[in-house]
Amino acid sequence: MQLRSVASLLDCEVVCCHEMLDLQVFSCFAADLMSDVLAFSLPNALLITGLTSVQAVHTADVADCKGILFVCDKRPSPEALELARNREIPLLATRRTTFECCGILFQRGLTAATRAAAEAPCSAK
Amino acid sequence: MVAEVLYREQFTIRGNDFEHGGEVATQVKSILKQLGLDPAVIRRLSIANFEAEMNVIMYADEARLELEVLPDAVRVVVADRGQGIPDIEWAMQEGHSTATAEMRARGFGAGLGLPNIRRNSDEFEISSTVGVGTTLRYLVRTDAAPAG
Repeated sequence: MQLRSVASLLDCEVVCCHEMLDLQVFSCFAADLMSDVLAFSLPNALLITGLTSVQAVHTADVADCKGILFVCDKRPSPEALELARNREIPLLATRRTTFECCGILFQRGLTAATRAAAEAPCSAK
Repeated sequence: MVAEVLYREQFTIRGNDFEHGGEVATQVKSILKQLGLDPAVIRRLSIANFEAEMNVIMYADEARLELEVLPDAVRVVVADRGQGIPDIEWAMQEGHSTATAEMRARGFGAGLGLPNIRRNSDEFEISSTVGVGTTLRYLVRTDAAPAG
């Protein structure tokens, strides 16, 4: 699914990197604990989080996430926004909660960006 | 025999500097990309470096991160000056942490950092002296990486 479609489905504001909305994402990892992202995620995920600090963007960068979706109407800090622009990491923001975002994207066929899910993919259709 | 070092650089990490936490890992990632290393190797190293960097920021006064790119591996040494770790075996277990509320609010301090550095390394060593500091040495091989 293109990031553009994610933004449309979840009524997102595109916070930065509008030119990168053609990027495709096939899996997501949702966490407010960046330690979990670093320990358990697979590359190329869309990171779904309520953490808006600069560390969320650094985490997405080192973990090779395709973008970040901020939930609950949260917006990144100015430092996080500047870093995302520099590192070319698209940022989306939605009023929806983490649970809603995960449910909607799961229903549309996106999978969990974890080893367990990659080895035994769920069949949400 | 001493391994040939293709690239070497040092970085300083300051304790409690949450504002800049992650910058060293990001700089190192850019260097490794410029050197043309495999993306899977870069990801493992970047995660290990970020975890090590945040550990310094959360628990130490200051540290030096030394990066050495060898013909068949990347070697990192993170040597800090700080409180040290009284029980390394305890600290190496997932979920064991002495993190404060501020650290957890930043998305860290779940007790996953040290085990995650070890998980992302092919060689890992830790030594610590209470009241003096902690040194991590880890290495990721670049000659047998899975296709990225």
